[in-house]
Amino acid sequence: MDWSQIGNWFVMFLSGCGVALEIFAVTLVCAIPLGVLLSFGRRSKYKVISWPVSLYISIMRGTPLLLQLLFVYFAPKYMFGLNYDRLLAALIAFVLNYAAYFAEIFRGGMDSMEKGQYEASAALGLSKPQTFFRIILPQVVKRVIPSTANEVITLVKDTSLAYALSVEELFSIASKQTNFSGTITPLIIAGVYYYFFNLLLSLLFRFIEKKLNYYK
Amino acid sequence: MVMLKVENLSKKFKDLEVLKDISLEVNQGEVVAIIGPSGSGKSTLLRCLNQFEQITSGKVNICGDDMIVGQGKNGAIYAPKQTLKKIRLNAGMVFQNFNLFPHLSVLKNITEAPIRVLKKPKEQAQQEARELLKKVGLESKENSYPCELSGGQQQRVSIARALAMNPKILFFDEPTSALDPELTGEILKIIQGLAKEGRTMVVVTHEMSFARDVADRVIFMDGGYIVEEGKPDDVINHPQKERTKAFLERFTSLRSMASESDDVQ
Repeated sequence: MDWSQIGNWFVMFLSGCGVALEIFAVTLVCAIPLGVLLSFGRRSKYKVISWPVSLYISIMRGTPLLLQLLFVYFAPKYMFGLNYDRLLAALIAFVLNYAAYFAEIFRGGMDSMEKGQYEASAALGLSKPQTFFRIILPQVVKRVIPSTANEVITLVKDTSLAYALSVEELFSIASKQTNFSGTITPLIIAGVYYYFFNLLLSLLFRFIEKKLNYYK
Repeated sequence: MVMLKVENLSKKFKDLEVLKDISLEVNQGEVVAIIGPSGSGKSTLLRCLNQFEQITSGKVNICGDDMIVGQGKNGAIYAPKQTLKKIRLNAGMVFQNFNLFPHLSVLKNITEAPIRVLKKPKEQAQQEARELLKKVGLESKENSYPCELSGGQQQRVSIARALAMNPKILFFDEPTSALDPELTGEILKIIQGLAKEGRTMVVVTHEMSFARDVADRVIFMDGGYIVEEGKPDDVINHPQKERTKAFLERFTSLRSMASESDDVQ
């Protein structure tokens, strides 16, 4: 076994890790707020708002992310002859898809809040924004942490799907190296990177859950 | 001075009329107990007075402010937001299930609204909260969280929370119904103490002894109506209406049955 070659791969893959990390970070930063907005839309009492949002969420959750990635990139291309950055296409697809999942998680969290919390707040004269930000939101955050953690960890692995758009992220680099070298080692190295990143994330989430465990 | 005046209040859920022609008055310093079987509408009445349920028709005046200003096709027309908010602040509420904020410490549960709504300085709000905690016998619990307290202690915190807003009238919605029987005493004692201070209170309750010993007036409700109303001794010991008699009889027979089975054990 050629140890120096393995070391080279580890270094070579760092750029791929960077791109994967970029997809990961941009998706989280954009999809979480968008998901919060969508969850409000989904809970709206106005059908003109809640219905399209439900349809959107249902489509994003009901079709493969891989298909969505290809659609976001190729639809403008084939329909309007529009060529654009593949990484940007991947980012858009990830954000649109993950926002739908986050929206459902937040909606579930909001729905699980007892009516009594709203009534107690109202009886004390708290305004609606005060009730939401001071009373409801902190409790919802605690409730949605476990399912959000799941989603975030899935996202780390899903970044590899950008491979389908030939984005130079960790997985596509590793798979190329596997083809060149005729060994499986590059894929294993990529796996190590994914695994350790997710290990860090799950430790982080465990820490957050513990922090929020000061009440039941 | 009249603190609460309700005239011909009606509340319908779709076609079901759950409150029918309710009229009542509560004077300053008076303690009124509302008793009656489940489904008689007593909790719904409190919820209407607290603006949690939409009133179908009638008039409500709380501490001099009219809550209802007119009558629309689909229900009563409410006063402008500012007035409704003022009414809210004049009326305190204690819930059957406490509804404490689980993510806030006992102290913060009490100070949240005084700081955010009344814009009191934090120090002052905390000082007052500590005094209230002392009053309900929980001075050592200010840093605890609601989940660390017994049901009775939680209810005591929720009473302190309501008192922190210094309401002119206090509503209690079955404050002891979610508690173990041995814990109801501590809550009733606190409410009795508040009565001695001259607080105006309306208490929906299943505790006949409380209605008899603490209330100035008892209202018996059934089927959405006020059936009978008067001094506790008159209503509970000498009811005039058949319905009241039947309800109270069942109550006392249950009582004696319970004590008999205690004897057997």
